[in-house]
Amino acid sequence: MGKKLLLANAHVPGIRSYEVYRREGGYRSVEKAFKMSPADIVEEVKKSGLRGRGGAGFPTGLKWSFIAKPEGVPRHLVVNADESEPGTFKDRYLMEFIPHYLIEGMIVSSFALGSNVSYIYIRGEYAWITDILEEAIAEAKQNGFLGKNILGTGFDCEIYVQRGAGAYICGEETALIESLEGKRGNPRIKPPFPAVKGVWERPTVVNNVETIAAVVPIINDGGEEYAKIGIGKSTGTKLISACGNINKPGVYEIDMTISVEEFIFSDEYCGGIPNGKRLKACIPGGSSVPILPANLLLTTAKGEKRMMNYESLADGGFATGTMMGSGGFIVLDEDQCVVKHTMTLARFYHHESCGQCSPCREGTGWMERILKKIDSGKGEMKDIDLLWDIQRKIEGNTICPLGDAAAWPVAAAIRHFRDEFEWHVLNPNACLLRNYGLAHYADPVHVPASA
Amino acid sequence: MADEIKKEPPANFKVTIDNITIEVAPGTTILNAARTIGGDVTPPAMCYYSKLQGSGGKCRTCLVEVAAGSTADPRPMPKLVASCRTTVMDGMIVKNITSEKVKDARAGVVEFLLLNHPLDCPICDQAGECHLQDLGYEHGKEGTRYEFKRRTFEKEDIGPYIQLHMTRCILCYRCTYVADQLTEKRVHGILDRGEHAEISTYISKAIDNEFSGNMIDVCPVGALTDKTFRFKNRVWFTKPVDAHRECTTPGCCGKTTLWLRGEEVFRVTARKDQWGEVQSFDGKPGWICNTCRFDKKKTGDWTIEGVTKVNRHSVIAQGHYEGLVTPKETVQQVLGGRAPRLLMDIHDESEVNRNGVHLSEINGPAHSDDFKKDQ
Ligand SMILES: Cc1cc2nc3c(=O)[nH]c(=O)nc-3n(C[C@H](O)[C@H](O)[C@H](O)COP(=O)(O)O)c2cc1C
Ligand code: SF4
Ligand code: SF4
Ligand code: FES
Repeated sequence: MGKKLLLANAHVPGIRSYEVYRREGGYRSVEKAFKMSPADIVEEVKKSGLRGRGGAGFPTGLKWSFIAKPEGVPRHLVVNADESEPGTFKDRYLMEFIPHYLIEGMIVSSFALGSNVSYIYIRGEYAWITDILEEAIAEAKQNGFLGKNILGTGFDCEIYVQRGAGAYICGEETALIESLEGKRGNPRIKPPFPAVKGVWERPTVVNNVETIAAVVPIINDGGEEYAKIGIGKSTGTKLISACGNINKPGVYEIDMTISVEEFIFSDEYCGGIPNGKRLKACIPGGSSVPILPANLLLTTAKGEKRMMNYESLADGGFATGTMMGSGGFIVLDEDQCVVKHTMTLARFYHHESCGQCSPCREGTGWMERILKKIDSGKGEMKDIDLLWDIQRKIEGNTICPLGDAAAWPVAAAIRHFRDEFEWHVLNPNACLLRNYGLAHYADPVHVPASA
Repeated sequence: MADEIKKEPPANFKVTIDNITIEVAPGTTILNAARTIGGDVTPPAMCYYSKLQGSGGKCRTCLVEVAAGSTADPRPMPKLVASCRTTVMDGMIVKNITSEKVKDARAGVVEFLLLNHPLDCPICDQAGECHLQDLGYEHGKEGTRYEFKRRTFEKEDIGPYIQLHMTRCILCYRCTYVADQLTEKRVHGILDRGEHAEISTYISKAIDNEFSGNMIDVCPVGALTDKTFRFKNRVWFTKPVDAHRECTTPGCCGKTTLWLRGEEVFRVTARKDQWGEVQSFDGKPGWICNTCRFDKKKTGDWTIEGVTKVNRHSVIAQGHYEGLVTPKETVQQVLGGRAPRLLMDIHDESEVNRNGVHLSEINGPAHSDDFKKDQ
């Protein structure tokens, strides 16, 4: 069984309360951190090799070291709890059941970054979790871990929870900052980056919930110890929210040394596919990352076993690989239709585009309409090429990565499942009655020509 | 406030755009550097407006390729960048019209901008001075690949002088910056998101402010139009003259362009520079107040300075060749000193349709062979 850090005590009864959390060893890292200098904490996080768990996988220690420190200007830590990516629900689990884990990580991180006022920007739909977090903050405050002069160190820190209003785009860090400031959640044009000008033009670090929680074991056990878990540049543990056609959907903590195959089929994790169906495809890192057919998912183009870590999932680039993303693991069995599935995702991005830049504003709706047309048996061959061309013209040409996130799923679906799209065009009636099925997607060696 | 007002520090950053090297002050954007060169080297800009703080970055028509970041770090930038919001570095090498990637992406952006545009130019007041028309003409493709219903909105009167035709809007956000930066209380902004985003006023409130008319001038398309001018005439039938009056509204420059037909003033606008922006006077943007724009419609209200110099830009230039400014020709420089091989002089006779052949004497429809015969 893999090592558990974040979820080690998840099943202790009453762990949501301060009392039980503290009894199980909670808030030790705060006591330890206050004996260190902020620079040493940053150094420990660097040593741990921790990478951002929000999707991009940017090294957290490095990000922290970029924060500007102009004289007399306050700095802020903002925790990104917007979690709106389809397929991703790991932060929710952590915040709902072990809220003190996040608060503890935030106190240590705030101390390291010099943030006296830190924020949690939480997805609006997580209304009840806001209450849980506020309760936890109040408990921490009562016990002297928040507020003025924490544990007599002279360090002040307040944490506020701000609810979003139901927009995926507010998970993008600069849109989040705008929204936190009370404005329309449009992503900002970068540079300047938040590390220089973030909330109210003050230096700001935006990190994912899981990233900040991971600071707790890093301080408790030391960065080097944390880095020993996992493999290569994928250190520590990662929360994966698994869903789709699997026997045991849920949130799992993995140590990034297991294979994708083990994750899907072992009883410790997803427990295989229900009803004896076969694996067709999978999106391993949340809706924005490329979908892979079963064959490329389980084995890389080089013929190696694909593992559940940053490097291995990305092996082969976008031609034959995908990304770890935010850990939203979506499994599709042989009964699923890739065209319909892609259309659903396109509808999501169309709905969530902020509309600032023309390629994303206009292109996302266009792609959805074409996909709908193909899905309803009215597609033409030229539509497939048109889709390819549209996604190509959105990708890389927009203000924020939502444009890319809208383009990649469409590109990957056409790259790997083109025959299924063509089948829809050629069989306008049959495609309404049945699915294309598994086809050759699970065949051992079928490597598509890279696009 | 405006980029232009800043006092120019000594120019000392070398930047090369499409093989032309110039020196500009640190902090200059790639777009503004390209504008000092002029001609085709300048990327088109639909949302950036040098006099409006924070504008730009949205439309993506000004994307360029940065082939080398700077002398210190000559790595190319991985993605195309918005030239209006990217500042130059010393030794930066930029490719605009010499980059296939840029041309491809720009064609894409133009297609996106036109996707939902009604193309109702024949009934649009902006026709003739529309930047989208120019852009489509220069970079667009014939026909559309979009086969779905276009997005439409109801027309809306926002205040007594301005009509909003949202269907034509390209969401450049310029008018919201005018509302934010020129008028006291902003009651107008963007509602909704994505494709459904629209310019609107706060609960359909009327815009009532002495400087609101400047929104019409900054709007690159016919989404915000002057209700006092609507459908009265075509801009190319009117004759622009520069005029001024002693205006007492604080912040109004009183310098305008009158659009005349005979003695009648059909429309009053701010004076525009060669980039279609409001001209600056003494380093200050020449915004005008609503009194000058909407109420002073008699030639007697104005001291007329003379005929406006019209850029060879769009169809307003038709019939107004007085004082025409010929755009700078940069082709030879862009090609690195090599004379262009494939540039035709439009006055040359073409292969077909030569003067010596009289169409009326040809039996039936003309064929290219008919023209080759007499060679
Ligand atoms: C459209 C969009 C949505 C995003 N949504 C989230 C989100 O819900 N949660 C999150 O942590 N990061 C999200 N991100 C990533 C953030 O911009 C940012 O990279 C992240 O919060 C940084 O934290 P990390 O370094 O800890 O990963 C999103 C990015 C984009 C472009
Ligand atoms: S890419 Fe889409 S979501 Fe991002 S800024 Fe542009 S329009 Fe908004
Ligand atoms: S109304 Fe005009 S100025 Fe305002 S956003 Fe639309 S196109 Fe731009
Ligand atoms: S002018 Fe630069 S993005 Fe619009």
